[in-house]
Amino acid sequence: MSNDIFVWIEQFNGQAASVSWEAVGMARQLADAMRGKVVACLFGGEGLEPLAQEAIAYGADVVQLAEDTTLANFRVGPYTELLARLIREGDPFAVLIGATFRGRELGPALAVDLETGCIADCTEMTLEDGNIVATRPIYAGKLMCKCVIPEHRPQILTNRVRAFPRPEPDATRNGEIVRVEPALAEEEIAVKVTGFQATEGGVSLADAGVIVSGGRGVGGPEGFEPIHQLAEVLGAAVGASRAAVDAGWIPYEHQVGQTGKTVSPDLYIACGISGAIQHQAGMRTSKVIVAINKDPEAPIFKLAHYGIVGDLFKVVPVLTESLKARLA
Amino acid sequence: MHIVVCTKHTPDTEAKMSVDGAGNISWGESPLIINPWDEYAVEEALLLREKYDGKVTVVSVGPEEAVEALKHAIAMGCDEAIRVWDDACQGADTLATSYVLARTIEKIGDADLILFGKSAIDAQTWQTGAAVARRLGMPALMYTIKIAELDPDGKTITVERLLEEGRQIVTAPLPAVVGTTKGINEPRYTSFIGIRKAAKMAYPLWSLDEVGAEIERVGAAGAAVRWPQVFMPPVREGEAEIIAGETIEESVSLLIDRLMEEKVI
Repeated sequence: MSNDIFVWIEQFNGQAASVSWEAVGMARQLADAMRGKVVACLFGGEGLEPLAQEAIAYGADVVQLAEDTTLANFRVGPYTELLARLIREGDPFAVLIGATFRGRELGPALAVDLETGCIADCTEMTLEDGNIVATRPIYAGKLMCKCVIPEHRPQILTNRVRAFPRPEPDATRNGEIVRVEPALAEEEIAVKVTGFQATEGGVSLADAGVIVSGGRGVGGPEGFEPIHQLAEVLGAAVGASRAAVDAGWIPYEHQVGQTGKTVSPDLYIACGISGAIQHQAGMRTSKVIVAINKDPEAPIFKLAHYGIVGDLFKVVPVLTESLKARLA
Repeated sequence: MHIVVCTKHTPDTEAKMSVDGAGNISWGESPLIINPWDEYAVEEALLLREKYDGKVTVVSVGPEEAVEALKHAIAMGCDEAIRVWDDACQGADTLATSYVLARTIEKIGDADLILFGKSAIDAQTWQTGAAVARRLGMPALMYTIKIAELDPDGKTITVERLLEEGRQIVTAPLPAVVGTTKGINEPRYTSFIGIRKAAKMAYPLWSLDEVGAEIERVGAAGAAVRWPQVFMPPVREGEAEIIAGETIEESVSLLIDRLMEEKVI
């Protein structure tokens, strides 16, 4: 076994997922402690050389770059097959993968191929006695647990989005780009990607630094209009509580909470959200939480850092206009 | 068509969780329920059966309490239930659980579609479905929010699945593993007749031998991940600073000052 750490670099249309750089940053720390290398694995269709350079700037020593039409769209089959082959060749100590939709598919498939463990959704990692000890939330963050893979190698871990700092890129860093071939030919791949529908409008919830969310208090689909306007001024993503989604006011993709997305932005503004325990489970790790609610007894005020008791339809537009003026 | 739905039991989402000094997890007085995400998988299986005929079998690897999840699925309308268990299955991670499930599905033999919920709300790894697919060498269509087309004769399926940037549309041959997510349907309530049927039904228990699972590959023995410590997350001290200016404009202005001091805008 080597002391190297492999990191899967997730990309879509030539843009890397921010969580992959967060993983490279963590891998850099672990590899330095182990005196090993950080090996980035980057797969896609074509034109990924700039991203490979970016991976080096963020902390990779080696980039294993595979460009092929079979890898243009993410498919867990060919991606797992290739990553497993590279891991068998490089025999790393650990593999880090961002805990995105794709990463959460790739990690367990890889664990099956390599007969090892995959610790999902880590929020902290430390090195103890040669093992990575990872902290992760369970029961929607109501409990935490420390996990370890003591007897199997490599240790596969998925890092929760925004749980680890994104390192500062350093364009002067040197690294090696190694071109690798795909593991499967198209005729060996059963799953075919036939289309893609981009989510309409705006910032993705998972990556967002700021989220503005609406709940039951918005009262209807049109009630999300002031929420969208505030989000636009802040460059924020729009979230929603389960109540708003179940009422059909906004699509499920926006739901934050135990049965929706778990988010951890720098700023979370909850508008007309009472703050049920299930909603809190999805946003409690936000750095700063602001609650705007008519009901001073709403549980959200127990979790929030700042609160304004008032009608969101009066407060939010004023907030939007004031921010426009002050951020201009 | 034979559709198999994999499920498990979990504490209710309202449960107040706690852990004692020995690391024993408790959910207080809260009931054990079917994992809420799995209701979408059960509902989708029932909708597909209504459209294409066939049979829906619900499967759980779990101790006696897992019958609660199976009962709920039967009460919703599933045809058959299978529980697989041996005390040796305790302490499993997803590597070990996916092994038992894969052996069970192979034993069932004629499954065209294997459905999972997005994740279980207890350990919330999101891993078991993808791992089972890999073990069975079947396509893994996780986070499916819409089954766009299903051709039981041509043995193909087309789904829309959620990724961060939008919906990926994929076609795959059957048999396949489909992971469902909220938004795919609206799970039905259990009916009075369904509940009666579920109460009367026998819930067969399959042993590891019956599914052909080797005892050293299940439970803690077959697991790669250990979790030596479970603890309560740190509680945030204090309540919100309520900002109450004379006017809304003043409150908002004070709030923006705070957010600028915090460097979050």
